[in-house]
Amino acid sequence: MRSLAFNLAAPVGAFVLTLIISSLALVAFGSNPIAAFSDMLGHASELETQVEILNRATPLYLSAVAAAIGFRMNLFNIGVEGQYLFAFIVAAQVGSLVSLPSILHIPLILITSMVVGGLFSGIAGLLKVTRGVNEVISTIMLNSIAVAGLIAALQARWQPEQENFTATTLGTAPVDESGLLPDANGLVELFTPEIGQGVELTGMIFVAAIVGILYYVLLNKMRFGFDLRASGLNPFAAKAGGVPPKQMIVMAMFLSGAVAGLIGMVELAEIGRFPADPIQGLGFAGIAVALLGRNNPGAMAFSALLFAFLDVSAGILQSTQTATKEIVNIMQGIVLLAAVIAYGVTKRIQTREEAKATAEALREDSNDTVGVLS
Amino acid sequence: MSAAIELTGITKRFPGVIANDNVNLTVEKGEIHAICGENGAGKSTLMKILYGLQPPDEGTMKVNGEEVRFSTPNDAIDRGIGMVHQHFMLADQLTVLENIILGAEPAGPGGVIKFKEAEAHLATVAADYGLTIDANDLIETLEVGERQRVEIIKVLYRGADILILDEPTAVLVPQEVEALFENMRDLKAAGATILFIDHKLEEVLEISDSITVLRHGKTVASMPNEGVTAHDLAELMVGSELPTPATEESTVTTEVALAVRGVTVADDDGRPAIEDVNLTIHKGEILGIAGVEGNGQAELVDALIGTASVSAGEISLLGEDITKLSVRRRREGGIGHIPEDRHHEGLLLEAPLWENAALGHQTQAPYGSRWLINRPGARQQTEAIKAEFDVRTPNIDVSAHALSGGNQQKLIVGRELTANPTLLVAAHPTRGVDVGAQAAIWEQIRDARANGLATLLISADLDELIGLSDRIVVMFRGKLVATVDPDTVTPRDLGAYMTGAASQNSDEGAAQNSDEGAAKNSGGPS
Ligand SMILES: Nc1ncnc2c1ncn2[C@@H]1O[C@H](COP(=O)(O)OP(=O)(O)OP(=O)(O)O)[C@@H](O)[C@H]1O
Ligand SMILES: [Mg+2]
Repeated sequence: MRSLAFNLAAPVGAFVLTLIISSLALVAFGSNPIAAFSDMLGHASELETQVEILNRATPLYLSAVAAAIGFRMNLFNIGVEGQYLFAFIVAAQVGSLVSLPSILHIPLILITSMVVGGLFSGIAGLLKVTRGVNEVISTIMLNSIAVAGLIAALQARWQPEQENFTATTLGTAPVDESGLLPDANGLVELFTPEIGQGVELTGMIFVAAIVGILYYVLLNKMRFGFDLRASGLNPFAAKAGGVPPKQMIVMAMFLSGAVAGLIGMVELAEIGRFPADPIQGLGFAGIAVALLGRNNPGAMAFSALLFAFLDVSAGILQSTQTATKEIVNIMQGIVLLAAVIAYGVTKRIQTREEAKATAEALREDSNDTVGVLS
Repeated sequence: MSAAIELTGITKRFPGVIANDNVNLTVEKGEIHAICGENGAGKSTLMKILYGLQPPDEGTMKVNGEEVRFSTPNDAIDRGIGMVHQHFMLADQLTVLENIILGAEPAGPGGVIKFKEAEAHLATVAADYGLTIDANDLIETLEVGERQRVEIIKVLYRGADILILDEPTAVLVPQEVEALFENMRDLKAAGATILFIDHKLEEVLEISDSITVLRHGKTVASMPNEGVTAHDLAELMVGSELPTPATEESTVTTEVALAVRGVTVADDDGRPAIEDVNLTIHKGEILGIAGVEGNGQAELVDALIGTASVSAGEISLLGEDITKLSVRRRREGGIGHIPEDRHHEGLLLEAPLWENAALGHQTQAPYGSRWLINRPGARQQTEAIKAEFDVRTPNIDVSAHALSGGNQQKLIVGRELTANPTLLVAAHPTRGVDVGAQAAIWEQIRDARANGLATLLISADLDELIGLSDRIVVMFRGKLVATVDPDTVTPRDLGAYMTGAASQNSDEGAAQNSDEGAAKNSGGPS
């Protein structure tokens, strides 16, 4: 009971703190916080919005897991952004070139995205172990190479021929229907039959859930995950304990990039090709989601939903004019800070309470020569 | 005149443990005061409270008669209290002077550091307390004892006249301990007050004016040194008599466990850190390596466990060439390792004890396999280690940093010995453990030896080295320079070899001797 209360205290505390500071920020911007919050909640209570939140949370979650794999090893993969965009365009192109039954076509595309993302990220790992290049620097550079160089070049090269180019058709050729992951509306229909026309829950939500479960299993059940965490906690002790440091760095960067590769598959499943103007910024947002969720698979799912909710709220705030849409970015920042503070404070209180409980237990024992409870 | 330090009713609780339970401590001005007690008795905690690193839950502190409340070490420094931690905190690439002024740089206009002024001040401080040091030496060129002196001067430089030393002798060889004690006497003569923690009772009796004994977080005795014996102290600490290490027959067999042939390891600059090292350890044999720290022992260990690659030579275990094998393959092949610095290479301080027990054995039963971690198996094994090696902890889910230094050490020794290695590479296996636990660990190593364990033992504690080893080789400047029989060698002779004052023939000869010595040496440890 007690520990449950403590586990809840931090998120609840962070939530209350966020509400307070966000309200102050809204007031400072000349908006009415109550109106803004009720607009956001009202909007979020609609089924379409909820599906939209899940669709947004899915790539955010994948991005967070990708970042978290690195974080657990003290590797800062800042390159998720470039990895997913690069993997997206290559997987879209590969998918458009073949026609296969779905059962082969879909896995082919997903695996391509993971391999490309993994290899691209693995470059940073290789540079680190062979040349000692810090992964923060190399992944930032790989981001620029991917976004400004590779993708622009590939977009021009792979755009479908004999078409009149407009901004909306620029991009790769469309992937056959057989290569597109079906939507997950069936899942929604389990709860409510009223899923409207034109609303689609992304099928990638299942892939994200599987990735989350695998991430959990990897870290907590697998020897490789143990090695990964050990390297993050103390690389010297890990090395002396038989964990090969170089291999671990390359493998962790590869895995992180492989998960990153899946991020763009959400958009691919929706529109069927790499567009002229793909959704960007998911890689950086994922870092924030991973931080908020403290690399924990369950907590990151909640933070992805929270960030998605705030993202989706931007539109409604703008259309009802209750507040500027930038306020949601400010709120995302506030949530992060509030979480850090709340976790710090509850951790201290918890330690103190446990120590007191010990003292009482020992006194009741009246076993006054033993200082240690066993 | 008021006492330098007066602690009343200090209580400090941690989850599952009362580290200090209503502790009283009075330290008079100008005395050397020893704090003794078992591992986990609460000594370090009490010193950390006094130095402002942790707030007490209850109790009052007086320094020179005035009541104080510290929230950071800076408050303690302002009151003239300084602490030297067991693990040195010096920057290797900086000079002595730079390290000493680090964090308190005397800056002139425009932020320029006034090195001349600092050097002059350092010279006066050193002269006042009779400590010698060369301000412009690089830290990395200094030996352990000298580094410790730098730490002490650093504290004095900031104006401390009350010094706290947490297990200062644990890392020193006997000559260095003597030098430290000389320094401590000079400091005392110059008016300083010294509080120190030590597990070696003879040292406590030699240097201290008064002694306080802690047990289970409580003060059980506080007394002047006069008339106290090591026996009394031990009894106060553990509440019973000390087990005396028993003499045992030699268990050395003729079966070679480890053979090292012509091994050379280059350091970062490409110079040989150890050169053409030859040695053989048989099953059931303990080979001691004597030497002043920094003469290649660390590189020899790295070469054996596989964390450093050798530039020439061959290493074989039970006849199988392992020179090219990874650390993991060697561990799976039966090499155990007790690292010289438990925090650096031994533990994941933020991880629970059971994960720490698994570290290094995570690919093997009962901890895990190639693919999976066996959580219940690992936990069960950790419980067994906790019981057998007397690791004092509320449970095996606390993180390793919550254990006292000695208990961390016991955990490491336990995890390595319970894995039943073929070869144990042990650097200072009993560093920081109390006398009772030390005897227990010796016993465990002897039992394993009787079952055929081959051990390479490195220890700064010459009594341990002589008492445990079947044969001792001396390492000097990266080479094996002598082989001696522990039954006949005196610490004095050993010291002469270690400092290069004496040597046996050539390295070749020494290496040759070391091989033959094993077969014919039948004397057990004393
Ligand atoms: N940060 C901490 N969190 C939880 N428990 C702690 C912490 N620090 C110390 N303890 C506990 O307090 C007790 C006293 O520890 P302390 O380090 O003071 O022992 P010690 O007398 O210095 O022992 P040693 O001789 O082994 O160094 C131990 O049982 C230890 O487990
Ligand atoms: Mg201690």
